[in-house]
Amino acid sequence: MYPADLKYTRDHEWIRVADGEGHVGITDYAQQQLGDVVYVELPAVGRTFAQGEQFGAVESVKAVSDLYCPVSGEVVRVNETLGDSPEAINQDPHGTWLIVVKLSDAGELEALLDAGGYDAHVA
Amino acid sequence: MTQAPSATLRTTPLHARHRALGARMTTFGGWEMPVQYTGIGDEHRAVRTAAGLFDVSHMGEIEIAGGDALAAVQRITCNDAGRLAVGEAQYSALTTPRGTPVDDLLVYRLAEQHFLLVVNAANATRDRDWITAALEGAGDAVAVDTSRRYALLALQGPRSPEILQALTAVELDAMRYYTFATGEVAGLRATISRTGYTGEDGFELFVAPQAAEGLWTALLQAGEPVGLRPAGLGARDTLRLEASMRLQGQDMDESTTLLEAGLGWIVGWDKGDFVGREALAAQRAEGVERRLVGFEMVDPGIARTGYDVLADGERVGRVTSGTWAPSLGKAIGMAYVPVALRAADTEIAIEIRGRRARARVVRMPFYKRARS
Repeated sequence: MYPADLKYTRDHEWIRVADGEGHVGITDYAQQQLGDVVYVELPAVGRTFAQGEQFGAVESVKAVSDLYCPVSGEVVRVNETLGDSPEAINQDPHGTWLIVVKLSDAGELEALLDAGGYDAHVA
Repeated sequence: MTQAPSATLRTTPLHARHRALGARMTTFGGWEMPVQYTGIGDEHRAVRTAAGLFDVSHMGEIEIAGGDALAAVQRITCNDAGRLAVGEAQYSALTTPRGTPVDDLLVYRLAEQHFLLVVNAANATRDRDWITAALEGAGDAVAVDTSRRYALLALQGPRSPEILQALTAVELDAMRYYTFATGEVAGLRATISRTGYTGEDGFELFVAPQAAEGLWTALLQAGEPVGLRPAGLGARDTLRLEASMRLQGQDMDESTTLLEAGLGWIVGWDKGDFVGREALAAQRAEGVERRLVGFEMVDPGIARTGYDVLADGERVGRVTSGTWAPSLGKAIGMAYVPVALRAADTEIAIEIRGRRARARVVRMPFYKRARS
């Protein structure tokens, strides 16, 4: 059920990499655990994060969950539409990106899980 | 994110039903309870617009009976139980000599000298011990923990009366808020109480544990055509907070007085002496220094329990409860602040993960149902 073209963190983020940039979101498992997402706190464009560093937070009605950057790099885009429609994360978790990161070290992707590995991780 | 149930966790008679409905379970006050079935938002909206069915069998029940039962209840609780007729209930608290709540509770007058106290699950044991100690030498009054004799279901929401009426001969139209009656519901002996913890019209139904499953199933079947859904503790918490109902252990405890918690209205000033009266009267005369207030967020973000409240850059208090309010479409919360900041529209700030987010004091309740 987890798309094969994504890589996954153990903290339930995904990244879809193309041309040195990665779209980052949270997994279906994460959105199910959170419940109704009502607010997403995202960084400013231009900020840089190390792999595993916290870059924001997702708030549901009852819980707040930190977001961790799957790879090191600079934030080049932020999904502004989530301000008005955070529920998109619940409706289409693997199609709703939060930020786009320009990767500083593509080798870091090796440390992430593939779809099968992530599926086993949350099973 | 999942928690293995410990061997000591208690479960209600409806545990298997919750599992079968696919509920996500959580630990609460030593019990394994459903936190949600389909989602907090869905369940919350169902209660506001149709109805929700909650298993609240974890609540504790303590009965006080004997020739001096009224005098005993009057001494250990703050509200005036003498004003209750048989068949009426009131919101009250078990108080310490400092005027702070050991627990908040509902007092039901079952008979002239027989009372039922419904208390919070997490405090039931402490309450029982507290009451037992308080009743020593208090004449003819004994307290019995009857928690295991009852399962408790809460049917809440505007469609509740018609759902319940289809299953009982008890005339619900004749029942005012905070009254109760006994009768049969779906052929099962029950005490029907027009009370709740959601800010909506509704009922709480006390039945024997072995009757819980039959009642649960009958209510769901009767209510599903009009939108009744099972609802968990998650929605119960967002509903009660919108209605600004306090949660013992979170919005108040033995370190906050009833006046600080904004519960002066449940203090029976004219009923004579009771545990905590002296302290409360003194505080009433002098005025409180801090007060529980409601606030709503102005900046994005949700205040959560324990977050700091700031005014002019200084830490002035602490958030006791905070949530996204599904019926209001904004983030709300409660916090203790110095009385100088208690007026509506006062600007405060909440520190949310290192960021200072603006908030505004507002009058409570945040949500009030339209009354017909």
